[in-house]
Amino acid sequence: MIDSDVINSRIRGLPIPLKICETLISELENQELTEEELEKIIELTLERYKQSSIPPYEAAGVVSAQSIGEPGTQMTMRTFHYAGVAEINVTLGLPRIIELVDARKNPSTPMLTIYLEKEYGNDRNKSRDIAWEIESTILYHLGDITTDISLMKITVNLNPKALEMRNMTAEEVALKVEDAIGLPVGLNEYALTTSPEEVSYRELLQLAKKIRSVHLKGIKEIKRVVIRKESDEYILYTEGSALKSVMEVGGVDATRTRTNNILEMAEVLGIEAARQSIIDEIMATLREQGLTVDIRHVMLVADIMTCDGEVKQIGRHGISGEKASVLARAAFEVTVHHLLESGIRGDIDELGGVTENVIVGQPVKLGTGNVRLVAKTT
Amino acid sequence: MIHSTPKKIGKIKFGLISPKEFRKMSVTRIITADTYDDDGFPIDMGLMDTRLGVIDPGLRCKTCGQRAGECPGHFGHIELVAPVIHVGFAKLIRKILRAVCRSCGSLLLNPLEKMKYLDDIYAKQRLGQPVEDVVNTVFKEARKIKECPYCGERQLEIKFEKPTTYVEDKHKLMPADIRDLFEKISDKDMEVMGMDPKSARPEWMLPTVLPVPPVTMRPSITLESGQRSEDDITHKLVDIIRINQRFQENREAGAPQLIIEDLWELLQYHITTFIDNTVSGVPPARHRSGRPLKTLSQRLKGKEGRFRGSLSGKRVNFSARTVISPDPNISIKEVGVPEEIAKEMTITMNITPRNIDEAKKYVSRGTQQHPGANYVIRSDGHRIKIADKNTEELITTMEVGWKIERHLKDGDIVLFNRQPSLHRMSIMAHEVKVLPRKTFRLNPSVCPPYNADFDGDEMNLHVLQTEEARAEAKILMHVDQNILSPRFGGPIIGGIHDHISGSYLLTNRDKKIHKAEALELLKKSNIEELVEPAGYENEKPYWTGRQIFSMILPKGLSLEFKAEICEHCDVCKKEKCEREAYVIIEDGVVKHGSIDEKAVGAFKSLILDKIYKEYGAENARRFVDDMTRLAIRAIMKIGLSFGISDEDVPNEASVQINEVLHDAEEHVKKLISAYNAGELEQLPGRSIDETLEMKIMQELGTARDNAGEIAGRHLGLSNSAVIMAQSGARGSMLNLTQMAGCIGQQAVRGERIQRGYNDRTLSHYVRGDRGADAHGFVKSSYKKGLSPTEYFFHAIGGREGLVDTAVRTSQSGYLQRRMVNALQDLEVQYDETVRDTRGMIVQFKYGEDGLDPMKGDFGTRESIARIIDTVLTTRGQND
Repeated sequence: MIDSDVINSRIRGLPIPLKICETLISELENQELTEEELEKIIELTLERYKQSSIPPYEAAGVVSAQSIGEPGTQMTMRTFHYAGVAEINVTLGLPRIIELVDARKNPSTPMLTIYLEKEYGNDRNKSRDIAWEIESTILYHLGDITTDISLMKITVNLNPKALEMRNMTAEEVALKVEDAIGLPVGLNEYALTTSPEEVSYRELLQLAKKIRSVHLKGIKEIKRVVIRKESDEYILYTEGSALKSVMEVGGVDATRTRTNNILEMAEVLGIEAARQSIIDEIMATLREQGLTVDIRHVMLVADIMTCDGEVKQIGRHGISGEKASVLARAAFEVTVHHLLESGIRGDIDELGGVTENVIVGQPVKLGTGNVRLVAKTT
Repeated sequence: MIHSTPKKIGKIKFGLISPKEFRKMSVTRIITADTYDDDGFPIDMGLMDTRLGVIDPGLRCKTCGQRAGECPGHFGHIELVAPVIHVGFAKLIRKILRAVCRSCGSLLLNPLEKMKYLDDIYAKQRLGQPVEDVVNTVFKEARKIKECPYCGERQLEIKFEKPTTYVEDKHKLMPADIRDLFEKISDKDMEVMGMDPKSARPEWMLPTVLPVPPVTMRPSITLESGQRSEDDITHKLVDIIRINQRFQENREAGAPQLIIEDLWELLQYHITTFIDNTVSGVPPARHRSGRPLKTLSQRLKGKEGRFRGSLSGKRVNFSARTVISPDPNISIKEVGVPEEIAKEMTITMNITPRNIDEAKKYVSRGTQQHPGANYVIRSDGHRIKIADKNTEELITTMEVGWKIERHLKDGDIVLFNRQPSLHRMSIMAHEVKVLPRKTFRLNPSVCPPYNADFDGDEMNLHVLQTEEARAEAKILMHVDQNILSPRFGGPIIGGIHDHISGSYLLTNRDKKIHKAEALELLKKSNIEELVEPAGYENEKPYWTGRQIFSMILPKGLSLEFKAEICEHCDVCKKEKCEREAYVIIEDGVVKHGSIDEKAVGAFKSLILDKIYKEYGAENARRFVDDMTRLAIRAIMKIGLSFGISDEDVPNEASVQINEVLHDAEEHVKKLISAYNAGELEQLPGRSIDETLEMKIMQELGTARDNAGEIAGRHLGLSNSAVIMAQSGARGSMLNLTQMAGCIGQQAVRGERIQRGYNDRTLSHYVRGDRGADAHGFVKSSYKKGLSPTEYFFHAIGGREGLVDTAVRTSQSGYLQRRMVNALQDLEVQYDETVRDTRGMIVQFKYGEDGLDPMKGDFGTRESIARIIDTVLTTRGQND
């Protein structure tokens, strides 16, 4: 019988990943062990770990690329999907994967997942208040806009219910509208009236258009907020993304709130967060399609995209375009451009990579091409 | 044979070639535009000069003395009368013109700035990062300076007119002027502009000498009519020489400036199109037939270009291609090769004292009898074709040190491949099995990794030529080694279709199998002895299906899992499950449950996964072989057929189905009237129209499911289609629903069909009809047949699927190419880091834990618990 502390310290010192250490410790917790048995367990674990380890010189990159590319052929092209009835449209399937590895500046369906702090997240009303605070309110949400051509007048009949829902008063709205259009706005109970400076039909229509989209409240980028209850907690999902602004809103749990825009993630939370979000997004997309891909492959993709400290796309304008080898770049895309450029710069191709060696007809320095017999010198 | 020492290319340096070097490497100056004289002999100093190499058989190269095919070709050159601009560098020339002084040629930045930028560049180069950004700022900054800090000259605005004209203050800059100016640029300044002065002087971007590529890279073809047809490049060169000559004559004759300029421009045009025939703003040079010429850039670019078409991917010898067909009787590690192919493809065999007799046997059989040999290679490298005449002689003269090229025979290692090669399992090493007839034969169980079927697919076979290659293929690429997919760590090879339904029929419900049958089932499986019979019937012993299946399982295998047929009840009844969906295997014996897709199917097989991980690759393969043979024999014995009558549903069922569909339609009508009355409650975040659509879709969806459920219930569990769908062999309950129940809603982009005429899909409906059938709801089943409108909507829905597949293949192909290109250089090192070939670390520990995804589940709670269990159970035994 040995003490759990002894087990603990013995196992923690082992050259195995932390996660396995912890699993082992928790599994051994209520077991009565002799020292001999512990040693045997450790020995077996180490042996199994060694067996299961990745062999040196494994071409991990190609395997990962194929593991993500191959299921691509099985994915659907259907861009949108509605998870649940009233949920938000999100790009999924192959287009989403392509969008992710392209590191697009503006993904087609940016979305935020906003977690709330405990006191708000458990309360439906409080979380709804936050939702209204975040969702951008523009004038036409609040009432009907009518254009009166004979009087050259635009009238907005505010809906008191909508005002109340969004926690705004008519005065407030009038002020905001005045600020935005730079024209005096008359207020008569719930009716806002204004007219263009110049008496012209075109001006009037332009003003009507402008007034329609006056931004009154909330965060501009966020078009819509949906509240969903997930395991006794209210979570907000948004259409449109503005991570930075949302994190500043009171009641939002900034530690868990995420966006599905990886570049925004990198900008606001840093490169490690971007890496994690690439992994999460790719895994979620694959899982939704019912495809199983080991997370290690996805990690490698995320790592190569972020290992320079900035998110780089997989392709001509990112990793492939910055390769050291001229031949590899020329063989990928824009062949002639790369050849001319390298001539000017006097580039040297060290022939280290795969494509280069295929081109010159030599063994590739990867896997079995990398091992060599060395004579013992004694 | 000449044995040359293998050369290793260490590195390749890129640069521009100077005119001096051009002349040095040139074997002759080309002065006439003519190619051949009247006798069809190449003209001296013409474009086909024999010093440039030879392509006609019989002639010898004047430079190296070798024959056509041996001579690699040699460059010649054309002396241009005046320099011209190299189009590829036109933009760079513009940048430099704007950045250097127009009189003294120095970079317009002050020395301090230059130093700073140079340091930046060196720093970036040291780190192996692109210097582009720094260089661009240099050009940007230098352009702003309007007065030379060195000679005080005022700088003029330089306008660039695409593609190759530069205008300085309304005065056109001639290439000669630009060249003179560039000659003044100092080496130091060039480095600041991101150029390497040793490999690229800026004036070399305006060539005065044009290299003439060797004839070997622009061979002329003799047409059937005896007429010669020249290569595009030759045509272009002819143009260049002609203009060059005219230019020279005019210039020497002192022609007016205007004419000279015109000719200069014409020369520029020809050289531009010689380099790149797709420059925007330049009309492409055309062949007489009107087809644009394929000049230098076009030869390199794109999928069929030199880089992707000839250098990265090459055509190979020792390969064969034919249609594939299934053969469940050969092992998964084998490939059936037609004898015809086996006689054509050879393996080089070195004759040693140990195999000389064997070699002689091959030679004596000759080329027509399998297994024979096709060639004998003497120790001096001379190849002798084996023929009836010389067989005797060869056999007597053959000696150690010679080689023979023998036919492919059983057991040889070959590579087998099916395109598209999307993952590494698309090329695997198989063992040859020479078979009669003309197709490649493969076991249906290896179809999943290749994604092959037998509807006319063709596959390629490659015969390995060296011992190293064969060894490597056997160790790394053999089918045995590829049973598990590195993508998810599970088996990718396994039972499909009949293997699954066969196993299921064999093991589901107790069947009494008598001795003769049992032996027949196991005939091909290397079983020596039957186990104890399960019981006796009329004093004759009988066995159960599970017992028979257990015989192909390795001893000691223990496993418990839920089968594919499991209905996921809230509380699992385990071994008491009436569907026999809970499988228990103890010590290699199936105690309970049915063997179906979860147990033996490709991608899902838990048994195979376990066998591979615990008993090794070879045993796993043996299991697949045995299992497929057993399953095929079982399904033949028990029988499983499916026909149109299997979709018949009893009358009461069709009444029920009609009722369900009728109700659904009524519901939809109600929804529509609620919508029209404005009573429909809007879903949050959706417009009222969207809400209606969603509700209708939902309603019709459930109606279809209900119809299918009714149909499925009435067809019963013994229906072949139900058996296939539930055991996971083929098809799904949805397919069955559509065949027997109701096809359901046809959708385009996830919505009901909306397009067509104004406010209606077809003229058969009233405008504004939102009803189910007006928007593509198909009430009929495939069995019943579709009404004309239904048929039309079904075709619309079907078309979307076809378009989807077509678009997807191209998109995912490109994704795959980009992914592989970006990640191909990554490799795990001995210290478990992942690095690219530059040594840049991408991951400090592969996958954060250094575990191989292919080797499975180590690290999970279960696997750790198992280790502890093994240790703790031995405790009891030791006591």
